[in-house]
Amino acid sequence: MYSDKVMDHFKNPRNVGEIENPDGVGEVGNPVCGDIMNICLKIENNVITDAKFKTFGCGAAIASSSMATELIRGKTLEEAWEVSNKAVADALEGLPPVKMHCSVLAEEGIHKAINDYRKKQGLEPWVEKNPHSHEHEDMTCDH
Amino acid sequence: MGEKRTVYLDHSATTYVRKEVLDAMVPYFTDHFGNPSSIYRIAGESRKAIDTARAQVAKALGAGPEEIYFTSGGSESDNWAIKGIASANVKKGNHIITTKIEHHAVLHTCEFLEKSGFTVTYLPVDKYGLVDPAELERAITDKTILISIMYANNEIGTIEPIAELGVIAKKHKIPFHTDAVQAIGNVPIDVNAQNIDLLSLSAHKFYGPKGVGVLYIRKGTKIDNLIHGGGQERRRRAGTENIAGIVGCGRAIELATADIEGHTRRIRALRDRLLRGIQRAIPDTHLNGHPEKRLPGNINISFEFIEGESMLLWLDDEGICASTGSACTSGSLEPSHVLLATGLPVEISHGSLRLTLGDANTEADVDFVLEVLPKVVSRLREMSPLYKGGKGGCNVQ
Repeated sequence: MYSDKVMDHFKNPRNVGEIENPDGVGEVGNPVCGDIMNICLKIENNVITDAKFKTFGCGAAIASSSMATELIRGKTLEEAWEVSNKAVADALEGLPPVKMHCSVLAEEGIHKAINDYRKKQGLEPWVEKNPHSHEHEDMTCDH
Repeated sequence: MGEKRTVYLDHSATTYVRKEVLDAMVPYFTDHFGNPSSIYRIAGESRKAIDTARAQVAKALGAGPEEIYFTSGGSESDNWAIKGIASANVKKGNHIITTKIEHHAVLHTCEFLEKSGFTVTYLPVDKYGLVDPAELERAITDKTILISIMYANNEIGTIEPIAELGVIAKKHKIPFHTDAVQAIGNVPIDVNAQNIDLLSLSAHKFYGPKGVGVLYIRKGTKIDNLIHGGGQERRRRAGTENIAGIVGCGRAIELATADIEGHTRRIRALRDRLLRGIQRAIPDTHLNGHPEKRLPGNINISFEFIEGESMLLWLDDEGICASTGSACTSGSLEPSHVLLATGLPVEISHGSLRLTLGDANTEADVDFVLEVLPKVVSRLREMSPLYKGGKGGCNVQ
């Protein structure tokens, strides 16, 4: 059901863990929905020099966290903000339709961590360009 | 590295076909292929084979052969029992009683009938998954035309007090249906002693082939047909008989019920060794289902802080076949309705693992799972932000 790439990132997840004194932290999801992602960033001169995650969730959630942290490392905050859920899913050589929300969670986690950093810096948080594009039919978990 | 082993622990999903069963079936694909409805001699062989299978099933249930009908499986049997009773008794009433933990073949059939004017009471269960007979009696009205309560639950393995429930149904003269798909071979079933009027079976759950099932219908029960057409199964169920499947079903049930006590003792010993081993090796677990009143091969256990599908993927990687009640494998985003009905918190339902043992499992299988599973659980817990034993991710301020 999963691509080889998803299985690779599930079985050998990159960037699992915490960062000491992180510059930005984002936690998204809900245990009731069955997935939570915690993403933390080290940021130097507007560039993400390190990204780590911890995830409670299915194989796709773990693989999406792993791939998302890989994609944003070394990027400027502006570039990282543009990493979409689709980019995460594409880099994983696709996700099953019912698992696309896992990649959405990864995008949201990155955004939340970047805005956490911006707030700490006294900057205005960036606004989600198109928040409704993240709503995936009946994929919302509303417990 | 040696050959990769496969440890199959999903016997509640389906079983392999026993060698003796397959051997009994094969001639009915090739030599005795005649349509039982035809008059020539080779068709007689097919008729005889079906009669034999019918007698084998009847014996296993304490029923008469004239009360046994072959179907395409458990889902058809459940559909037939419920829709057939509902439509034949609609003048008498429109109320059906079932439970919250039934298989979807029962639940979705009841929901379908609700759309055409039937009302359905879904009885709650306690934290072990048990139905309270007093609750059943309170739910009965003068419009109740059917009670359908499963014999044993497919997910958590809880065995319901069927004989007690049967007494209540009989007292109120309401037809009593039970889905015994998981129970057969694991508990002694006697339709007369237990006051069962209709009972569903599926051959692939007791080492028979897929695509064949049984509906037992007590003589005199008022029920309409589900499958209309030719006059097969004494004009009750149309369609050319799946002869090889029926032969397999008969042989399989004979073998599965030959020594229920011995089978139960052996499987339960293995199961208990596995369960105790898991509970010893892994902290923060929750056994779902009843500690004693459960199917001998069933373990359903939740591991806190982790999610079921990721557990299954790792186990599969090690060659272990299991299942989970997590939403992430159902495609519905809702965890198991059975676990939720027992009052298990949703987040713990996501971390459930079902291991169901069967006849071919060995102590070596159990030991292999005990070697692999604790590593899988701790690996996933290490990367879970919920796990208190780890750092739990970066602090959100």
